[in-house]
Amino acid sequence: MILHIDMDAFYASASLIERPDLLGQPVIVGGAGRGVVLSATYEARRSGVSSGMPMGRARRLCPDAVVLAPDYDLYTQISGSIMHLFSQVTPLVEPISLDEAFLDVGGVCNGPESAAALGHELRDAVADEQGITCSVGVAPMKFVAKLASTSAKPDGLRLVRQDEVLDFLHPLPVEALWGVGASTQEKLHTLGLRTVGDIAHLPQRTLVRSLGQASGTTLHRLAWGHDERRVVPHEPERSIGSDETFGEDLDDPVLIKRHLLKLSDRVAARMRSAEVAGRTVVLKVRFSDFTTITRSRTLSEHTDVSREVYAVAAQLFDALGLQRARIRLVGVRVQGLTDRRLTSRQGKLGEREFGWQEADRAVDRASARFGAGIVRPASLVG
Amino acid sequence: MKLRVERDVLAEAVAWAVRGLSQRPPVPVLAGVLLEATEDGLTLSAFDYEVSAKVTVDADVEEPGTVLVLGRLLADISKSLPHKPIELVSEGSKVQVTCGSAKFSLQSMPTGEYPTLPENPEPTGVIGGDVFTQAVAQVSVAADRGDTLPILTGVRIEVQGNKLTLLATDRYRLAMREVLWNGGDENAEYAALVPARTLDSLAKALGAAGSVSLSLSGASTGSGLAGFEAGQRRMTTRLLDGDYPKVTSLFPTSVDTTAVVETAMLVEAAKRVSLVAERNMPVRLRFGDDAVRIEAGTGEDAQASETFEARIEGPELEIAFSPQFLLDGLGVVGTKYVRLGFTQPTRPAVLSGQDELDGEADDSYRYLIMPVRFAN
Repeated sequence: MILHIDMDAFYASASLIERPDLLGQPVIVGGAGRGVVLSATYEARRSGVSSGMPMGRARRLCPDAVVLAPDYDLYTQISGSIMHLFSQVTPLVEPISLDEAFLDVGGVCNGPESAAALGHELRDAVADEQGITCSVGVAPMKFVAKLASTSAKPDGLRLVRQDEVLDFLHPLPVEALWGVGASTQEKLHTLGLRTVGDIAHLPQRTLVRSLGQASGTTLHRLAWGHDERRVVPHEPERSIGSDETFGEDLDDPVLIKRHLLKLSDRVAARMRSAEVAGRTVVLKVRFSDFTTITRSRTLSEHTDVSREVYAVAAQLFDALGLQRARIRLVGVRVQGLTDRRLTSRQGKLGEREFGWQEADRAVDRASARFGAGIVRPASLVG
Repeated sequence: MKLRVERDVLAEAVAWAVRGLSQRPPVPVLAGVLLEATEDGLTLSAFDYEVSAKVTVDADVEEPGTVLVLGRLLADISKSLPHKPIELVSEGSKVQVTCGSAKFSLQSMPTGEYPTLPENPEPTGVIGGDVFTQAVAQVSVAADRGDTLPILTGVRIEVQGNKLTLLATDRYRLAMREVLWNGGDENAEYAALVPARTLDSLAKALGAAGSVSLSLSGASTGSGLAGFEAGQRRMTTRLLDGDYPKVTSLFPTSVDTTAVVETAMLVEAAKRVSLVAERNMPVRLRFGDDAVRIEAGTGEDAQASETFEARIEGPELEIAFSPQFLLDGLGVVGTKYVRLGFTQPTRPAVLSGQDELDGEADDSYRYLIMPVRFAN
């Protein structure tokens, strides 16, 4: 059996650990000003707030909500403890993101009931140790387990036995299936297919004709509850990034680069505190009309140096050749992370023994002692 | 134009002249090779605005004249012709190539549009072809291949009387070779910065046989060119502009640990163990107890190590290098043994040649290599 465990409103619940006074109130975690909602408590969700929604809209829907800024270090730390807890139960833990994971408990449970019992234990353990709730789906295959945990939300557990899979699956809407995004959903709706059951009962050939070989075959198999994907224990493809939505759209490259510097600084500091270094720098730019582009460049060596991340981000920005286009949001992200202790650095002839890498660490120590932003690039002061 | 030339002579000359020609030249006429028939013989020229190559060969010239034909095409044709005399005749806008029973008719391009080749500047000195070729190969390996700092893509050649010093660095390693040449003026002091890639292929093109006349004063005379002549082969290249950084001071004044190892053994071992080094990961070397241990790979992946004899003086030392940078230096040192000098694992190491295990280091070539540092 497979467990899918998903934290309930993870960022919001985690942030509330440090603000118990806000328990029971609508709380939204998101960027200040014009950012987007990263997470919201169920109290806020009742007013219609959901993840990914622009903050402005969320505030209008739920004017009483308290808005908190995200604290990624805290989330990473809690996530690490939770994943560690899971790995005590079975080595087959596949983290999907900070707040969800698949566990293959076939080897440690005998039968669906014992898997469900284990699910309850884990839910209690997470609540006890971390003070946040999670929802668990228990099913014989991965995607059904995920759907089961969604249906159990919040703070619940749902067991779907082998002989219940089709009864559980077929009434669900088509978009519940993995791989059905907006465009596939539209195609399915034009074919008059609304539920998973509809897909299952359509001849596979018809489905392949309209969706193509790969996706047609896969959807048909999923609709009959076939999912051979195994739980692959691995480190999640990690990346560290930060976005910023401007108070008002900007078109001045000097100002925009200043924001890129700030974001690069923040991202690199988070990499250093997580003891990782990355090789690929990704720049995200969202224009005033909401079109969003990303550009990336891979370095020859891993880095966690603020200046180097910024240098690449600024190069990528310059390479866009924008003629004062109005920009709403920029983001800097570093991917291809690996354990910093495993990275090496080709020295340069004549370089100082202590370079920017050491300067960054000194800044980190100062920030740890006197508060973030105590030492920062001169162009960001004031 | 009408002339007769030996097949091997033409094939070799054309192949030599066009070897540097670009497949996609900036202007079409530069894809051509200029053939000039005079009473001195046949001169073939190619030019790409950066580098010019000119070679004169013996030919039986009946009617002097000048034509321009596609260089690579003529090279392919002459290579494929039978071993018989070749006749070249220009007829209107065509050039007829006849060799035995084979006949080719080539379109000639307008010679009027062909740029004037730079004259080879007056030679400032002479050097043995073998020494020159080796010195260039030893130094150009360390030149920068990127384009972040154009001056580092060059080899700096410093002239001090009868001494030539060749230098190149890409900031990770620095190669320096000192050679003697016949520079005429003993008080002369000047320098030239020659694009490394061009210099390397040019030195190979001129060959190790005989001697090479160099003209290196282009920066001071204002021609902006360096000239190279070996026998009937003449080449020019544009010099790079800019102030070359003062790099010779990067060589350490003294070293604490030295190791003498057999060059081939270290090359083989470095190649072997680097098979398990992930991209951008170094090979680690430990020098001590009259042995060198070289290893690569990490605990989570494949690992390899190899230990062999070395003559070591001074304290033990562990240091890591990019396998490529290490192999580059070992590959051009050209001696049976190699001497490595170290101060600290974070400071550059010096590599130089040595003929005998117990002999003296030959400091005419020094390759400075910056180690790789681990994060922890």
